[in-house]
Amino acid sequence: MKWVLVAVIVTATTLSDALLSRRMKVHGEIRDFRPGPLGRALAAAARHWHVPAAVVLMAVSFFAFLSLLSMADLSFAVPATASIFAVETLVARLVLGERVSARRWLGTALVTCGVVLIAL
Amino acid sequence: MSRLGPKTWVVTAVVVLANTLGNACLSWGMKQRRAPLAWAPLDLLAAVLSPWVILGITLLVLWLVGRLALLSWADLSFVVPVTAVGYALAAVAGHFLLGEQVSPPRWAGALLIAAGTALVGTTSVRTTPGGRP
Repeated sequence: MKWVLVAVIVTATTLSDALLSRRMKVHGEIRDFRPGPLGRALAAAARHWHVPAAVVLMAVSFFAFLSLLSMADLSFAVPATASIFAVETLVARLVLGERVSARRWLGTALVTCGVVLIAL
Repeated sequence: MSRLGPKTWVVTAVVVLANTLGNACLSWGMKQRRAPLAWAPLDLLAAVLSPWVILGITLLVLWLVGRLALLSWADLSFVVPVTAVGYALAAVAGHFLLGEQVSPPRWAGALLIAAGTALVGTTSVRTTPGGRP
């Protein structure tokens, strides 16, 4: 059951982030951080189905993580879900068309190993 | 924007702090429970209404807003590893603020994360064309 939850968390988080990233790339750079303009910018972005779908996936991931924490230690939950870093970078490269340089891959690999070590 | 500017620094810091503190609140809230979470509506509702979980969710809303803003000008493959520095900060804060024992492998993990984040931080913030202005 633990590993099913881990799979749900990794899949839902990756899909959610890919949808949010795609939508915010199309929306364009947010420059005004006052609450009104920021709220209007986010509301405009949220009118596309990508954002509600991403929020639903985030909720699935959130409740799966709560459930995992209620039956396993954080020291299991965090390293077990660390593959998110590699999977998301792969999706960013293949689906979102980002150019992932060797330096970025190396940095992401170091982060992934670090997250596994720190939580064991 | 391709270089790591002050706006990216500040929003990244907000995202990292909100996520680290938010997750700590959730973890603490769930540890107060006596039984594993059941996927029943009432049980989920009871979990969400605990004060620590409410504080955790509030911080995670701030995390979401900051992250959306960051993703409006930065690559997903930049944001994901860079914001992972929170894991390293949690170990440092646990040791220096809460007096927790941090084992050598955990310090090694924190160093690897810091190095990885620094490395990704030297890459272009954005590698895809911009959207509408």
